[in-house]
Amino acid sequence: MNSAIAAELTALLGTRNVLTRPEDLALYEYDGSVDRARPEIVVFPDNTQDVVNIVKLAGKHDVPIVGRGAGTGLSGGALPRGGGIMIAFARMNRILEVDLENRRAIVQPGLVNFDLTRAVEASGFYFAPDPSSQKSCTIGGNVAENSGGPHTLAYGVTSNHVTGLTLVLPNGEVQRIGGKRSDAGGYDLCGLLVGSEGTLALVTEIIVKLSKKPEATRTLLAIFETVDDATETVADMTARAITPAACEMLDGWTLGAIEDYVHAGFPRDSGAVLLIEIEGIAEAVEEQAAAIDEVCRAHRARDVRTAKDNQERELLWKGRKTAFGALGRLAPANYVLDAVIPRSKLPQALRRVEEISRQTGLQIGNIFHAGDGNLHPLVLFDPREQEQYQRAVRASTDIVRYCVEIGGTLTGEHGVGMEKAELMTLMFSEADFALMRRVHHEFNPLTLLNPGKIFPMGKGCGETRIRTGSAHVPGAPSVNA
Amino acid sequence: MTQELTASLEQRLESVVGAEHLLVAESDLAAYAIDGIRPRVVIRPEDAAQAAEVIRVALEAKLAVIPVGARSSVAVGAPPSRYDVAVDVTRIAGIAQYDPGDLTIGVLAGTTLAKLSRTLAKNKQFLPLAVPFFEDATVGGAIACGLDSPLRHFYGTARDFLIGAEFVDGAGGQAKSGGCVVKNVTGYDFHKLLCGSLGTLGVITRLNFRTFPLQPVRRGFIASFLDEAAAIAFARAVAASALAPAVLDILSPEFATQFLEEKSPVESLRLDTQAWTVCVGFEGSSAVCERYTRELARLAREAAAQNAVAVRESQYPALLEVLREAPAAMRAASPRAVVLRFSTVPSALPGLIRSLRSFAQSSWMASAILARSSAAVYQVLLPKQDESTEKQLAYFWQSVGSLRSQLEFSATILFCPAAWKRTLNVWAHASGAPALDRRVKKAFDPGGIFAPGRFAGGL
Repeated sequence: MNSAIAAELTALLGTRNVLTRPEDLALYEYDGSVDRARPEIVVFPDNTQDVVNIVKLAGKHDVPIVGRGAGTGLSGGALPRGGGIMIAFARMNRILEVDLENRRAIVQPGLVNFDLTRAVEASGFYFAPDPSSQKSCTIGGNVAENSGGPHTLAYGVTSNHVTGLTLVLPNGEVQRIGGKRSDAGGYDLCGLLVGSEGTLALVTEIIVKLSKKPEATRTLLAIFETVDDATETVADMTARAITPAACEMLDGWTLGAIEDYVHAGFPRDSGAVLLIEIEGIAEAVEEQAAAIDEVCRAHRARDVRTAKDNQERELLWKGRKTAFGALGRLAPANYVLDAVIPRSKLPQALRRVEEISRQTGLQIGNIFHAGDGNLHPLVLFDPREQEQYQRAVRASTDIVRYCVEIGGTLTGEHGVGMEKAELMTLMFSEADFALMRRVHHEFNPLTLLNPGKIFPMGKGCGETRIRTGSAHVPGAPSVNA
Repeated sequence: MTQELTASLEQRLESVVGAEHLLVAESDLAAYAIDGIRPRVVIRPEDAAQAAEVIRVALEAKLAVIPVGARSSVAVGAPPSRYDVAVDVTRIAGIAQYDPGDLTIGVLAGTTLAKLSRTLAKNKQFLPLAVPFFEDATVGGAIACGLDSPLRHFYGTARDFLIGAEFVDGAGGQAKSGGCVVKNVTGYDFHKLLCGSLGTLGVITRLNFRTFPLQPVRRGFIASFLDEAAAIAFARAVAASALAPAVLDILSPEFATQFLEEKSPVESLRLDTQAWTVCVGFEGSSAVCERYTRELARLAREAAAQNAVAVRESQYPALLEVLREAPAAMRAASPRAVVLRFSTVPSALPGLIRSLRSFAQSSWMASAILARSSAAVYQVLLPKQDESTEKQLAYFWQSVGSLRSQLEFSATILFCPAAWKRTLNVWAHASGAPALDRRVKKAFDPGGIFAPGRFAGGL
């Protein structure tokens, strides 16, 4: 990286907001996935204008840019695959406006997801998308990845909760799309931008919906002897039109690891549990609880417990949300998959995962959003053993391929990022890629933003070019669409 | 008179769909006219592959294409600046994939909403896309027109439950986005862009939806109030309560007397001619619905309702139909009817409604208003046959524009006589980001062949 660029950035933002030392940069070379890529400079803007200035400077020097929230992503979305400048939004973490009358908040992208709920919960509101990492992940990151979470089963993913965005395009142009209104006019650009993984624009302000807290909540723990019984229960619940707010499955082996880690109160001797939450008005919650109890018992549940108070409820959820951390202690490395299948096919899919585990000799844990068919098989392996690493990659690819084969999709909430770019050809045709490339080109023509994401590397053209080291190209064309 | 296609072009199109599905007779072309503008040819492809072939021919010959379904809402939008080929998708119909156990369905674009609804009902499911012209409208047309549904209060708009799409883009490619599962972040969400795009981005050939279970009991509640402030206060109290109704619509006295009372599903409904009415719909078990009825009665008393009636299960479908068809009924009220749609936020609703009524009154035009879930407002203007009508309308539309500096809303003219669209820009007060819309349009339709001129910003 040209030291002149660092000097210009320092002049713009101050020394406190520019990192260039290798030991500092090393902290930004990872996210929650298995990949690594080190930025050449990390900068911390304070507002939209800072971002505009950084982007213009990067454009002038033809240096790629990647935005980063908290680095909790699981697909390499925030890794600077092409080197260059990383814009870390950690200091753009303010709530700019809370408008309870219209149930909206305007926030900066670096705001931690759960901090928004904390700011409005006393008034009876919350921010519905609840990724497991919600106490550290940022809303900007949620927007980039269109994040989900357990309760998105009933309330929808991030895209359903964003009505407006302020964008900085790669040429430094600022555009406001949407607004506090749900349908603001023109094309549904928020629908396109949310989940575009930082490949079309940088987001500097977000208008989100605030949801009203339900009158009643009940948390049930259904305990089964086998994974099959648990998955049959979920398929049957869906078929009977029972609609819980969340329905999570954890297999028996996983439960043991969680109990060793946080003592959440899960049984150690079961085949699987379903953690089910029902919300709404009291009468509806009562009825749904009875219906769920009946379905669970029809599928041989050993017991269906109700969390007796909020403390017990929170403990069960803590167990669920720290599960990946608990399993991380059991092997040198793990690989969290994220695929979605039709819920009617849950039992057969879990049997296939079990079969792949046996064939590859690798332990695979299952903790996932069963209610919407969003699987998260977690493959444990030792990356120091090349052969084991290869087996882990094979197991993961086999699982994802199988999910797509039975009518599913590559990723339900983690994003394509670097991780699944090469697998995109399993789902998309040449015509699909051609359109995606044209849209990408209209927003990000020189691929200054987040290069090397979403598009398979083999698909050629500017979208996937990866630049390493100093990328200074004198006389680079100006970025005007 | 529209210019005829060259014989060689006609021959090429015919070789794609067959002579039977290429229409050039004057009467056929007239039936496909949009705002009085006729196409030069109507093509009826039988599947997505044929539609793509037609688009490739059109692209090469630089023909302007407008995809159409049942044409029930085809008048939404500005008049096309060019219109050569109508691509009628009604033959691309049927249920492509239905997994009741997953609550997902994939349906071909030419399928009617009514047919889809019957298929789902067999499995006690439904799609909350209760849009106007329901009996005739195709699924593709409903998505492209972007009209909303009274059920949006709970279920949201189409973008919230549309999970995937297949379409022919402007390069003639058969593209897709999303899938047929309820959660998916693979690739760009192009299907959301198609909602309300009026055929300017592609020919939609298939749509995938998340479906919903039909609740065992569906009932309603109607309360009337002395003025709009009391009605809005009641609607707000309902929204702030623990209840989560599916429908929450506010009707002006003129709407209630003209469109609701006459067709009233509730015999006992006698509305004061000055009363503002709030219609609530809710679903669940009997116990849940009884709770709603109790609480709504209490909230109505507290809001000083003049009159309140419970809508029984057997009466509810008729009430829902009145609310669903409201924009269609407004349009049908007069050959000169002008139907406007406003998108707003709850805090702006009282001011917006007051101003719209006063603008209409000062222009001597009869009007009626329906406000949906505090998010959308429909108003119909019923001008008299008069030389000054066009001028009055222009003044009204200008007043709406000036109001935007005080209140947060956007406005479009949904339906009006084609002749008046020459002076009234239907998109004048729509917001959006025209510069980005242009980029999207260019990517989807590089040759600019889809429905030119019909969308906001002249796209």
